[in-house]
Amino acid sequence: MPAVQETVDRVKRIDVDQYRYGFETLIESDKAPKGLSEQTVKFISEKKNEPAWMLQWRLEAYRRWLTMTEPTWARVDYPKIDFQDLYYYSAPKPKKTISSLDEIDPEILKTYEKLGIPLREVAMLEGVEPKPGEDDPNRRKIAVDAVFDSVSVATTFKAELKKAGVIFMPISEAIREHPELVQKYLGSVVPTSDNYYATLNSAVFSDGSFVYVPPGVRCPMELSTYFRINERNTGQFERTLIIADKGSYVSYLEGCTAPQRDENQLHAAVVELVAHDDAEIKYSTVQNWYPGNSEGKGGIYNFVTKRGDCRGNNSKISWTQVETGSAITWKYPSCILRGDNSRGEFYSIAISNGYQQVDSGTKMIHLGKNTTSRIISKGIAAGKSQNTYRGLVTAHRKATGARNFTACDSLLIGDKCGAHTVPYIEAKNSSATFEHEATTSKISEDVLFYCIQRGLSQEEAVGLVVNGFVKDVLQQLPMEFAVEAQKLISISLEGSVG
Amino acid sequence: MALLEVKDLQVRVEEREILHGLNLTVNEGEIHAIMGPNGSGKSTLSHVIAGKPGYEVTGGQILFRGEDLLEMSPDMRAAKGVFLAFQYPVEIPGVATMTFLRTALNAQRKARGESEYSTPDFLKKVREVSKSLNIPQDMLKRGVNVGFSGGEKKRNEVLQMALFEPSLCILDEMDSGLDIDALRVAADGVNALHSPKRAMVVITHYQRLLNYIVPDIVHVMSKGRVVKSGGKELALELEATGYAQFEDAA
Repeated sequence: MPAVQETVDRVKRIDVDQYRYGFETLIESDKAPKGLSEQTVKFISEKKNEPAWMLQWRLEAYRRWLTMTEPTWARVDYPKIDFQDLYYYSAPKPKKTISSLDEIDPEILKTYEKLGIPLREVAMLEGVEPKPGEDDPNRRKIAVDAVFDSVSVATTFKAELKKAGVIFMPISEAIREHPELVQKYLGSVVPTSDNYYATLNSAVFSDGSFVYVPPGVRCPMELSTYFRINERNTGQFERTLIIADKGSYVSYLEGCTAPQRDENQLHAAVVELVAHDDAEIKYSTVQNWYPGNSEGKGGIYNFVTKRGDCRGNNSKISWTQVETGSAITWKYPSCILRGDNSRGEFYSIAISNGYQQVDSGTKMIHLGKNTTSRIISKGIAAGKSQNTYRGLVTAHRKATGARNFTACDSLLIGDKCGAHTVPYIEAKNSSATFEHEATTSKISEDVLFYCIQRGLSQEEAVGLVVNGFVKDVLQQLPMEFAVEAQKLISISLEGSVG
Repeated sequence: MALLEVKDLQVRVEEREILHGLNLTVNEGEIHAIMGPNGSGKSTLSHVIAGKPGYEVTGGQILFRGEDLLEMSPDMRAAKGVFLAFQYPVEIPGVATMTFLRTALNAQRKARGESEYSTPDFLKKVREVSKSLNIPQDMLKRGVNVGFSGGEKKRNEVLQMALFEPSLCILDEMDSGLDIDALRVAADGVNALHSPKRAMVVITHYQRLLNYIVPDIVHVMSKGRVVKSGGKELALELEATGYAQFEDAA
């Protein structure tokens, strides 16, 4: 039997049980009544003790959302979502104010432990070895904000970050504690009217992370948010806002998982990044939402709007994503290159298997002079999945000297999957230099046989070849997460591909 | 017991029979050359021994130290000591040669129930071996065969042969794509690996390679069978008279 055929057969045999994060945590939760109405929006706002301006902002978004229709241009296919059949808010009980990690429901701590996300600061320190030659152990610390369904349950290292002047807290707290910052920046990159899902998010978002790095500060540790959807029939609408003030630097990572369920669950997040003059934001995602079972039943609908604004001169925003989960992914982390000499980067690995559908890519909008952008996208399709790269690169009339380089590579495993590349390129100015390269290849029998002849099993051979294929992107991840992502890819390949 | 015994082997590719009853016996320490015109089935034989997919064995047997090789998966055959040096070694972008060597060596050791090499032990071994073959360390950092010249690719095959220490090495048209200097370097590497415990099967069109790797036994293949076997002088005879005389014998 040809090696690829064997791989394809194994893909057919995969079971839902291959998803390692599919367990459910049994805890009591406090939910909003089912369905969406002004009452739901008010309920959420009230739960969060929000000021009046915030409620007003939400209601305006809700009213606008009522007039909008779902976008249909993406290459994804799913039954119509009944927005009245969802819960828009779910919080673990007991709902009391938590002042230290010890007061968190042990069940939730256990959940994060199972997921390999230690919330204990001590564990965090012990778990990460310093690199050789690196004396300062502080550099290896990672601050974690954990979001369970609709609320943030724990944020670590808050005090230490505060010393550096960095604000890292749940956005619900930031709305109360730093209203001037939130009011100034919220919706300034992704306006409430932006698109159907972003507008919905603006109306009902419940939590997410807020980061502010003051001028000239290099954030002393990696910041990380971990999102977990636990509750049945619940949508997760998180909102993340990161501001890097002049000359500052921050690296941020998000991870996501969910229990396996037969019904589809909606995840519609909005992420906004703002980089001022000479600032840099590095945003990395390892997305592993439940992808559905081998017949395509269940899984997360991941409809996400992520956008970064290089507002200042010489600013830089870099998106890196490793997408292995979700039944449907609809996601285009983008950069608005407004400041002169600003730079946008997008590095992506998207793996689809089973019946997963991925429509993902980026937009690089060159507005300032001598702005540069780079796009490296690696799509891997297996099973009966469809994997689309969709990208827009555009240069404004005033964006003289704009430059972009794009490389989109697709790798097909088996003959029932599809890879598609849909690049849009618009240059409204003759000094722009845009380069686009695209390749599509099938994982070759000859390469697999070569590896197997040298003693690798079929699975190991596929894993090795795929990890080589995505190496350029893996290198962009912070080191700890690169290792995690590589494991995740291998796991998807062991269980889901080979 | 013979190291390799091929008995009355019949092989089909998509309905067409390529090997019609081939016999070959190779003992430890021997160097065999298999010669023959294009399409005589030389490469098919090497692929079937290594277990490449796409071939259907319709009759006969292949025994390796008395064990049925055809019952083993290709990776198990590798772990048991069967090594095929490819005519056209493939490129694996993004995978450093060092990583590849380590993954493969440890996979073989694991399959044999041996302990895996630790990183320092592996590095020590690979340095030793590459030094003895005059292979620059720089080559080990590059992607497997990516951007390698024809000569470098073949040296990489020899390096793997030295590292994995197989008992049977099949060299499929090792001379193709090599100039005379590169050929000499590769052949020197192969000769350095010859030992009383290791057998080599050298597949080639031309006598040229056999000036460097001197065989004990030469076989002539035609139309899917071995039609004549003899000493190294048979290769010289072939060079003078060509393969035409054997067309009828088959």
